[in-house]
Amino acid sequence: MVVSGQSNPAFQTEASARARLGRGRPRPPGRARILKGEGMWGWIFTAPALIGILVFLVLPIVFTVWISFTEWNGIVSPTEAEFVGPDNYQELLFEDGVRREDFAKALRNNLYYVLGVVPVQTFLAFLLAVILNQRVLKGKGFFRTAYYFPSITSSIAVSLIFTFLFQFNGLINTILPIDSVNWLDNAHGLLHNLLGVFGVDEAPGWLAQTEFMDLALWEWLAGPSVTMSSIMVLSIWTTIGTFMLIFLAGLQSISTSVEEAAAVDGASSVQRFWRITVPLMRPTIFFVLTLGVIGTWQVFDQIFAISFGGPQKTTLTPAFLIYQSLFRDSRGGTGAAIAVLLFIIIVVFTLIQRRLTRETDR
Amino acid sequence: MTAEPLAPAAESRGLEVVGLSKSPVWRSIRKFLAYTVLIAFALAFLYPFVLSSFTVFKTLPDISANPVSLLPAPEHGWTIEGVQGLDRGSIRIPRWTVNSVVVAVAVVLGRVVLDSLAGYALARMRFIGRAVVFALVISVLAIPAIVLAIPRFIVMKELGILNSYAGLILPLVFDAFGIFLMKQFFEQLPNDLEEAAVIDGASTFGVFWRIMLPMAAPGLIALTILSTQGVWNEFLHPLIAAPASPELRTLPVGLALLRGAFGEAQPWNTILAGAMITTLPMAIIFFTFQRYFVQGVASSGGKE
Repeated sequence: MVVSGQSNPAFQTEASARARLGRGRPRPPGRARILKGEGMWGWIFTAPALIGILVFLVLPIVFTVWISFTEWNGIVSPTEAEFVGPDNYQELLFEDGVRREDFAKALRNNLYYVLGVVPVQTFLAFLLAVILNQRVLKGKGFFRTAYYFPSITSSIAVSLIFTFLFQFNGLINTILPIDSVNWLDNAHGLLHNLLGVFGVDEAPGWLAQTEFMDLALWEWLAGPSVTMSSIMVLSIWTTIGTFMLIFLAGLQSISTSVEEAAAVDGASSVQRFWRITVPLMRPTIFFVLTLGVIGTWQVFDQIFAISFGGPQKTTLTPAFLIYQSLFRDSRGGTGAAIAVLLFIIIVVFTLIQRRLTRETDR
Repeated sequence: MTAEPLAPAAESRGLEVVGLSKSPVWRSIRKFLAYTVLIAFALAFLYPFVLSSFTVFKTLPDISANPVSLLPAPEHGWTIEGVQGLDRGSIRIPRWTVNSVVVAVAVVLGRVVLDSLAGYALARMRFIGRAVVFALVISVLAIPAIVLAIPRFIVMKELGILNSYAGLILPLVFDAFGIFLMKQFFEQLPNDLEEAAVIDGASTFGVFWRIMLPMAAPGLIALTILSTQGVWNEFLHPLIAAPASPELRTLPVGLALLRGAFGEAQPWNTILAGAMITTLPMAIIFFTFQRYFVQGVASSGGKE
């Protein structure tokens, strides 16, 4: 899921293909050398790519860790940056102040983003794949193309299109049967709004007073802001197509004989769906969930194009903070520390998810 | 149930939640429901693009009065002012389009050369250190791009290629994914041809260039298409590679900074014209080579 060539990792063809290949496949059985001078030519063939990978991929990884322990400002040569030990991490995690507060907000916002986007996009993609996989329907090719199309377009272009649709007198407010909502500049948290419906407008004392990382518990429980929610809708909309295709391929690989055997045994279509299809699709579902989590923790493009972290920092994300630290605050060290922490978060989330999925499997 | 005819190939392989129901009435109700859902989603996925394309040719007062309708209101009529706005002041869509094309072509060419060479060596040559190189390629695949943003900026700065085409292009050329893809394609080729060519006296490079590379053409096509799409849409890298050079922006970078240039009154016909110009080339490639996209994604989940 690396590197380059895609702005919206895990959301696009290239990214999902990467993930597939990353899982490795058995290598062909060893064979004797055939070509002349394979020992030398092997290196000649790989050297150009290898040098580039070392310079633009491996070296940067080493740099990230190193810079995160310095006070590099992004301007001087990084070799002249002052070594400050774990100060950057300390500031982000343990010291009172605006940096920890921003980081906490970014974590909160992105956490809601992940929890909102991943289940919904996975469910809708699965639903559409199941419907599209029915033999009796016509025009499946058209629908498949229509659903997949947003996935191959520029994240920035679709962000602009969505901004147009979500503006105050835009399409969304016109077709929704509710009072017009200010979608794109609205810091109200969804959960706060929900509580407001039940008359809870203010935080119960202890929620307002108890703080974690400079952010009151009441703020942690705000839910995604209305603006963040709009960006979540965009994200779901762009990603469904890719995941639908992955599900469709999975569904088509389920052997007909299993289905038929169950049908002969008298299983109804609903039973067959829950007892055969869903269990057999578990590996694919897990794969899609993993791609979803990895991708959603890196959300950047849409934030940059639509809200730039605002309103009131409710769309700040760790990825956006990394960018801001270097290019606005001239604090490369802080940015690098956030990058390291973000990487750890992604790894941890993936592992947790892997464990959860395995357990329900048994 | 068993009376269901076995339709050929992929068609029959799915689960048929709907199709296998017994009562014909119930069956048509379900079919109707299925189509309703499918059509609703198709509208949700396509209408934004259709609406944007039409809005490009509407006047600004018309857009704010009728943001949902496709056709302009009679009193406003069609206009090309949206398109005219694409090259005005700080908005330089033609220039950014050229940049996007240059970067995409250069990166894709570079990847095709480097990835097929490295992929071939990793797939079919035995040399000391091969396992290490392969492990390295695997491990860099898992690092998110955003994590590398700051140090990549440093590397480009130290190499003196910030704010240059070299900076826009070079870091994107080196891509572990493409090496994988090509390695996979080369692994599937049979040994006999290679052996026969060597017996006939072909050089090592000759075997690669004249025999094996042409046979890996489907892999090269897949690599070209997927890379073109990825690089064309790439936002983060060109954003950090040329922070001080508006004339070096690619389309996504230029577009993302576009709205800020306008302040309150957003000329939506121009903004959406920019968005559609960015979308159009990918739409053409997508509809032409759809098979490769679908296969690329489909195979990622289907095989376990």
